[in-house]
Amino acid sequence: MLKIKNLHARVEEKAILNGINLEVKPGEVHAIMGPNGSGKSTLASVLAGREDFEVTQGEVEFLGKDLLDMNPEDRAREGIFLAFQYPVEIPGVSTVNFMKTALNKIREYRGQDTLDAVSFLTMMKEKIKLVEIDQSLLNRSLNEGFSGGEKKRNEIFQMAMLEPKLAILDETDSGLDIDALRIVANGVNKLRTKDNATIVVTHYQRLLDYIVPDYVHVLYKGKIVKSGTKELALELEEKGYDWIKDEMEVA
Amino acid sequence: MSKDNQVLEEFTSKEYEHGWTIDLESDSAPKGLNEDIIRFISAKKSEPEWLLEWRLKAYRHWTTMKEPKWPNVHYPEINFQDIIYYSAPKQKVVPKSLDEVDPELIATFKKLGISLTEQKRLTGIAVDAVIDSVSVATTFKEKLGELGIIFCSFSEAVREHPELVKKYLGSVVPPNDNYYAALNSAVFTDGSFCYIPKGVKCPMELSTYFRINAANTGQFERTLIVAEEASYVSYLEGCTAPMRDENQLHAAVVELYAMKSAEIKYSTVQNWYPGDKNGKGGIYNFVTKRGICAGDHSKISWTQVETGSSITWKYPSCILKGDYSSGEFYSVAVTNNYQQADTGTKMIHIGKHTRSRIVSKGISAGKSQNSYRGQVHILKRAENARNFSQCDSLLMGDQCGAHTFPYIDVENKSAHVEHEATTSKIGEDQIFYCQQRGIDEEAAVALIVNGYAKEVLKQLPMEFAVEAQKLLALTLEGSVG
Repeated sequence: MLKIKNLHARVEEKAILNGINLEVKPGEVHAIMGPNGSGKSTLASVLAGREDFEVTQGEVEFLGKDLLDMNPEDRAREGIFLAFQYPVEIPGVSTVNFMKTALNKIREYRGQDTLDAVSFLTMMKEKIKLVEIDQSLLNRSLNEGFSGGEKKRNEIFQMAMLEPKLAILDETDSGLDIDALRIVANGVNKLRTKDNATIVVTHYQRLLDYIVPDYVHVLYKGKIVKSGTKELALELEEKGYDWIKDEMEVA
Repeated sequence: MSKDNQVLEEFTSKEYEHGWTIDLESDSAPKGLNEDIIRFISAKKSEPEWLLEWRLKAYRHWTTMKEPKWPNVHYPEINFQDIIYYSAPKQKVVPKSLDEVDPELIATFKKLGISLTEQKRLTGIAVDAVIDSVSVATTFKEKLGELGIIFCSFSEAVREHPELVKKYLGSVVPPNDNYYAALNSAVFTDGSFCYIPKGVKCPMELSTYFRINAANTGQFERTLIVAEEASYVSYLEGCTAPMRDENQLHAAVVELYAMKSAEIKYSTVQNWYPGDKNGKGGIYNFVTKRGICAGDHSKISWTQVETGSSITWKYPSCILKGDYSSGEFYSVAVTNNYQQADTGTKMIHIGKHTRSRIVSKGISAGKSQNSYRGQVHILKRAENARNFSQCDSLLMGDQCGAHTFPYIDVENKSAHVEHEATTSKIGEDQIFYCQQRGIDEEAAVALIVNGYAKEVLKQLPMEFAVEAQKLLALTLEGSVG
């Protein structure tokens, strides 16, 4: 589904990604871990098409298409979803209105008819149940005055609505208490199918107790320095990132 | 230039949609302004002597006045002798009904999306259509007449209801009020008149549609609305003009008069030609709008969506004379390219327990300048007066300007006056967030701007709210940042 080959990216003059290689297949969950500043969030942003970052080398193929050649909205329409670490506020625009606009833009791109109000509401009701979000929240201005947990839950609700093929969760666990974490993780798990895939970007192992990854990759100085299964995350938790750093220095 | 600015720039460089002209044969006065021209206008309209005198008095006063220089707008001096003050589409006979209106005129309004054919109107909106200096058609007159409502062109009101016109003309905006009001009083050519009798709730939206068609012509219309005790009316005006390289002057006067427990809701969607991308051409929109809440418990509400004109200078105001009367001002003013706007309101609290509410949303893009100027004046006898003002500015790109000039004068200690102001920018973050959900840049800006202006847009009658939303998006198209 997603093939990243030798991806290099920089912001202004600073190189952040230094040759990432990664392949994600349908049905898989990959966790990207690493210390602060290792390039985890940059990788998520580059995949989503944020233009603050300049790709200097490498290629990314998504469902057989050149991802780097697409603008951000077309990547979304092709099925890439980024759950933001810091979801932005849009005053005066409700989540409902926002989702309706988004969904119809995506459907238009795919040559489908726009959803009428009834079908949209029916679909929304269903997803609300799935991700356990308070409906009154969805009628308020998008993310305005939301708590940290509400913002993250709203991201997962949007993910449920848009049914992406590849979901990238960028530090979705940051700022969540354990209950919120469980609700968010449950939502993500319920949305998993054999046809879609998830990339979980996180600093801590604890999220991976709830969203169990098939593969864990450790990012350090813009490169994947270690890959393994979920046990790798536990080992990291135990030994800390210094273990990786030390190992790298020795090498 | 950052990516952000590029997007904004593209978004704000969309062309004006109503820039076409129609070849209407017109009957015009020669260029220039003097007493003979005023006599010419008055004679053209077969006006009574008192009105001619009223005009001449205003003109003589105007010649002693100076153009105001205090607004935060800049333009070359206007040559008032280079303007045509009267231009009317030629019609062979004065139409007695819509069937007799020149089909070309009906087509003109149809092109603007305005139907002058009553049976095709489903929404129940009565329209007075004004081209250049004259009203060409008023719809639903008979139906409204059954309720005692008078809705007609100003010229007709002068002919048919002289006592009402004489009583209220200039009662809210006196002819010597300000430079442009005086000019209008001298040369006004048409406009709408509306009278709602005691206890009547007007069952449909009344609206006037203004169109400047002829070149080198100024438009000077006057609107007068009188709402008798316990009556209600919602009124809407819309305006467009062709694209022309020279600037055209529009100096209108609107007067609202609300008696005891009456309510007048006045909405404007102003889309005069704003000039081209380089600031060439466009309408100078110098307008005086004022309403008086003369009776106790009366209410006047102004809502304006200002997207057009190269320069806008207007302050729809409320004089809250009656006790417990209230005034509202809801405004969205968008400027793009080289547009300049200096707009806001005045709330004059005279009566006891008077209330006012001001919500102003400015949006600046391109190289435009957008100023809010508002006054809240609470007079000595206005016990327990309340005011709430909110003035927000949204900036798109880094070459535009937003300014706020609030004036607050309080002469009574029991007053409560609140003023809130914010300035924000459409962030790259917001746009990227939308894009990541599949919404392209232009749609994202439209969404964000409409969200920002929502509090004002929701005040508009429903049919127009949708139009206004589209207009906002269109005005800013090509300008993201």
